Amino acid sequence: VNVQTEKHIHILKELETKEEWELDFWLHPVSMELPIDIHVPYSSLASVKEYLHQHDILFSVMINNLQELLDEEKAEMSENETRERGTRSFNFGAYHRLETIYSWMDTLVAQYPNLVTKQEIGRSYENRPMYVLKFSTGGNKRPAIWMDTGIHSREWVSQATGVWTANKIATDYGKDASLTSLLKTMDIYMLLLANPDGYAYTHSNDRMWRKTRSRNVGSTCRGVDPNRNWDAGFAGPGASRNPCSESYHGPSAHSEVEVKNVVNLIKSHGNFKSFISVHAYSQLLMYPYGYSYLSISGYDDVSVLLHYYFGNKHSLSSVFSDQASGGSIDWSYNLGIKYSYAFELRDTGRYGFILPANQIIPTATETWLALKHIMEYVRDHPY
Amino acid sequence: MPGPLPSCSHTFTAVFSFSSSISQTNQSMALRILLALVVLVGVDGSPTGTMAPEMGSAYMPTDSNCIPEMANETYQIPFQGSEGDAEDAMATGDLNPNHYPAQRAAKVVQHYLNTRHGSPFRLFGLHSVENGSAENVNDTGRKYQLGLTVHEIISNTTLNCTAEVIFPDGAEQQPPVVQVSCEDLSKSNATAEEEAFYQQYKSNQSLVSAQNLPDSYGHIDPDKKPFWHLGIVASSFVMLNESNENTLYNMAQVANITQLATENEQLKFDSHILLHDMVSQEILHWKLLFTWSPAEGVEVQDMEQLRRCNH
Repeated sequence: VNVQTEKHIHILKELETKEEWELDFWLHPVSMELPIDIHVPYSSLASVKEYLHQHDILFSVMINNLQELLDEEKAEMSENETRERGTRSFNFGAYHRLETIYSWMDTLVAQYPNLVTKQEIGRSYENRPMYVLKFSTGGNKRPAIWMDTGIHSREWVSQATGVWTANKIATDYGKDASLTSLLKTMDIYMLLLANPDGYAYTHSNDRMWRKTRSRNVGSTCRGVDPNRNWDAGFAGPGASRNPCSESYHGPSAHSEVEVKNVVNLIKSHGNFKSFISVHAYSQLLMYPYGYSYLSISGYDDVSVLLHYYFGNKHSLSSVFSDQASGGSIDWSYNLGIKYSYAFELRDTGRYGFILPANQIIPTATETWLALKHIMEYVRDHPY
Repeated sequence: MPGPLPSCSHTFTAVFSFSSSISQTNQSMALRILLALVVLVGVDGSPTGTMAPEMGSAYMPTDSNCIPEMANETYQIPFQGSEGDAEDAMATGDLNPNHYPAQRAAKVVQHYLNTRHGSPFRLFGLHSVENGSAENVNDTGRKYQLGLTVHEIISNTTLNCTAEVIFPDGAEQQPPVVQVSCEDLSKSNATAEEEAFYQQYKSNQSLVSAQNLPDSYGHIDPDKKPFWHLGIVASSFVMLNESNENTLYNMAQVANITQLATENEQLKFDSHILLHDMVSQEILHWKLLFTWSPAEGVEVQDMEQLRRCNH
């Protein structure tokens, strides 16, 4: 209500005393300059309107149906709570089935819609969708960082670390200065299940399954080693031409649809500046080729990375190049993505692939230090 | 969960065509194959890493259907050079302790220590390599000298050791020869636990049996942990025997360990163990029959690789 005269103030003050109308003054009549807001119960609505008309007091209806609004808000809040409970109650210290991880990805996107989107980059051999989480604050094809986990399906701590890390990025954005500044100018892409068929198979049939699940012509053995299938020294040393082998390179480079989907994305995007693949086990950080580290991005990058990753946690602090041919980071490096690294997470053989779940979060936490450092380095050294 | 395991349709003829000389048993070829078939049929088909043949498929095992046995003809040894041409598998002189040649030799020392000193309550893991060098020995093999530290896992102590590992030359696999000396090897002594464990299982009231140590999630029941350790110790005999400059073995899982009747005061076990070779990435299945007592340690009576086809 907007009053024009002192008399109006007087009249409205009288209104306040009319208890039978059960009016609730949100903003009381004080002076002519200030607006007056009145919450009117439906039963008194007609009478109040009449009263105001009678005294030539102008008013406008701000909220037509307060209850409706309240109901909406309550529903939204409870929805948010469920969503939040969804991501907050997700147990990052446990190994989850594919379906659970996929549905968690949706809750993450729902909870951080201004930062995270989910993109299907293609399907697996057995027609499972392959989803990438994109962390972006806008722009168009900003320089980007790529991270994939779980390309070898039995390396469960890899996928689990991916999930934790995706959550970490979403929750730390806006709180961690460095990460927030990074996301101002760069995007992060995460492929959490790079080998979904293999992962499903490790749950249903064989915990030690490594490869894809594609059928091989002329053999009853299935699957290709997806990290021997990239077009970088394809079918060279460190890979096998026997389809039954764990390191079978496949009939041709990029024969595996899981690999092709990533290749297509990276190439069509065209602006990736870093490519990180996460494996287990051995506790190593690896970089391309068999050459000395001087021949890639320079000694300093790697030595600082080592310091972060191996600081105090690891008894085995080795770095050597992984000259298993047809590997993803060799391919990405050849494409011009200078900062290409492969992590081998815990442990060094005691548990191996079947790492106890209570080591997931410690593993992810220590790896995050190294990841963050790589990403900051990439941010600070644009090319 | 997959259904019951169908029987393999191996034929004796096809199996005979394998050029396998890896079994240490004195049994005849036929008996060995029979044993392998029996074991394959009897293996639990749950997600443990034990392989289940394709359901309902009839097949004739051929080379392209079978796991290569570290087959050089199908698998090319990875070239993991890093400091230019100087470093390859035949590196001589001082070695970078963090690179693979020294690391592989050091892992052999771990296996050796476990065969000699391992028990349900005593287990060694390679901790770090401090220094190493390698040289060719006439034409008989390659000799590594190493300074390393090992970790006694259960007591959480670290020991300094020096070791010499000789990998014999030859087309066929021969076990490396190891000499090692560690400070305070007796420091980690678990006599009380070993004796208690021994007494508990010595009487044949009920024979214990366990599967999937650890399970898919890395979990082991606390009372089953000593059997996991025993599995690691027993498999160290195999890993030691099978090691060369192109392997790096760890035990992946104890698929099954079953106690048999105590024999000559020794606890006796039959086991099915999965080994992982980091270099080829293969999972190798081995059957191990072994005994243990606090006094005698682990002794392996029979070891046999389970060949898997149609993987």
